[in-house]
Amino acid sequence: MTQPILELKGVEKSFGSNHVLRGVDIDVAPGRSLVVLGGSGSGKSVMLKNALGLMTPDAGKILFDGKDVTKDQGKAREAMRARVGMLFQSGALFDSLTVWENVAFRLLNADKLKRSDAREEAIETLKKVRLGASVADLRPAEISGGMQKRVALARAIITKPDLIFFDEPTTGLDPITADAINDLIIEQVKALGAAAVTITHDMASARKVADEIAMLFEGKIIWRGPASEIDRSGNDHVDQFVHGRADGPIQPAL
Amino acid sequence: MSDASTTKSGGFPNPLAWIGRGALALFAEIGRLSLFSGRTALSALLPPWNLTQLWKQIIAIGFYSLPVVGLSAVFIGAALALNIYTGGNRFGAEQFVPNIVVLGITRELGATITGLMLAGRVTAGIAAEIGAMKVTEQIDALKTLSANPFRYLYAPRFLAAALTLPILVLIADIIGVMGGWLVSVYALDFDSTTYLRNTIDFLTMEDVIVGLIKAVIFGMVIALMGCYQGSKSSAGATGVGRAATLSMVGAAVLVLAANYILSTFFVQIGI
Ligand SMILES: Nc1ncnc2c1ncn2[C@@H]1O[C@H](COP(=O)(O)OP(=O)(O)OP(=O)(O)O)[C@@H](O)[C@H]1O
Ligand SMILES: [Mg+2]
Repeated sequence: MTQPILELKGVEKSFGSNHVLRGVDIDVAPGRSLVVLGGSGSGKSVMLKNALGLMTPDAGKILFDGKDVTKDQGKAREAMRARVGMLFQSGALFDSLTVWENVAFRLLNADKLKRSDAREEAIETLKKVRLGASVADLRPAEISGGMQKRVALARAIITKPDLIFFDEPTTGLDPITADAINDLIIEQVKALGAAAVTITHDMASARKVADEIAMLFEGKIIWRGPASEIDRSGNDHVDQFVHGRADGPIQPAL
Repeated sequence: MSDASTTKSGGFPNPLAWIGRGALALFAEIGRLSLFSGRTALSALLPPWNLTQLWKQIIAIGFYSLPVVGLSAVFIGAALALNIYTGGNRFGAEQFVPNIVVLGITRELGATITGLMLAGRVTAGIAAEIGAMKVTEQIDALKTLSANPFRYLYAPRFLAAALTLPILVLIADIIGVMGGWLVSVYALDFDSTTYLRNTIDFLTMEDVIVGLIKAVIFGMVIALMGCYQGSKSSAGATGVGRAATLSMVGAAVLVLAANYILSTFFVQIGI
């Protein structure tokens, strides 16, 4: 078995009495695409933030490329982040910067590239997500939600990371734009040979981009398998989620 | 209610537990603020500096505060002259108006008024901006892109405020004294030349420097409170609004407290 690029071992995280993660075990192999399903508020975003070191787990370990990075700070943490891309659920574009400065942010700040070179590379990357050079000098507030998602995607892939996190990349988009985003994810992951962890509750998107699917429920991974077996999981929770039924073992959060 | 602060029998709060919990929370808050201030100051003092951000903040904090500082100073100077004149009149001391105006403005009011006005304009603005960045995950995004928020966001604001406040205060001093002169000459029948000569005779370098040193400290307080409250803002428009309010009130109170402490210090050392 190849060395996983990312591995979470017994990760726990609570906010006061709200025990969000209660021992998450999951791993991703290089070049593979893992989709994590889970209801709203089940802790999917918290899981990603722990993996990225934006939150520190209360217990458990995060391994990146076989190395324990759970408590890494400073240089060691930056070395990891330089190899990881993240598409935030809200896009999280910097609204004081233009589109191209957003896309090239890491090149301009951490890598100290010349502005003209960084701009050129940003426009190249924008092309890959089907955005023309005409949007480069606009501000994030001046473009549509779907375009913002694509800009955020461009920002996540510009440095050709080894691992990319997508937090609900298709939420809030029309089905056609959503599918275009799915295609972009598949294309970019294939082109880069990167591993991907995608969080979603959009089943169409999950089926399309996943090699493997896992389900997060009550703070644990309760099922995991190849994407082709999602309809024969033999797990009531997964079945309920896949078919989007309100009655079943998962109680809707009201 | 069944927490430690209520007694089992009557439901009256146990004052000791209440005070204890309050004190612990206060110390924890002071600890967090000190840690935050220390990290910000360190990032501000040690290279590499983000000069692009610093310049942006100098414009935002310094340049755009000129109108509000100038207007406040002219009115304070004018009111001060009027009050000293009325007060001095009672024992025939109205000729001291120029002396007391220039002393009051340079040592005290120029810096305090600038500090208070910027606690409103700048602190609340910084808190709202950083709070909005926090709740829209932009601060998390900064970190994942290997940009340290202390270097990229907080240090430039801290430096810009500490550098521009003295300049603003110097301008407030000049305009404040001018406000006093305007009122004295046009409403109180002072002779313009005599008034100006008295002002210049009584103006000392020490008094001006006292005001400028205060300004540097006020600048630090103003930027730190904005950044700190913004960075721990909770989600939503209410959270950001609350951060802005808290930061502004905190900065205003701290500016006044620092002013008193610094005044005491300067008096003690005989300046
Ligand atoms: N910084 C935080 N402080 C306190 N509680 C938090 C914090 N972040 C998340 N939570 C809580 O953790 C739980 C899981 O949140 P999370 O954002 O991970 O959900 P999610 O699975 O991503 O949901 P969605 O699909 O709606 O995005 C929620 O109950 C939330 O209130
Ligand atoms: Mg989420």
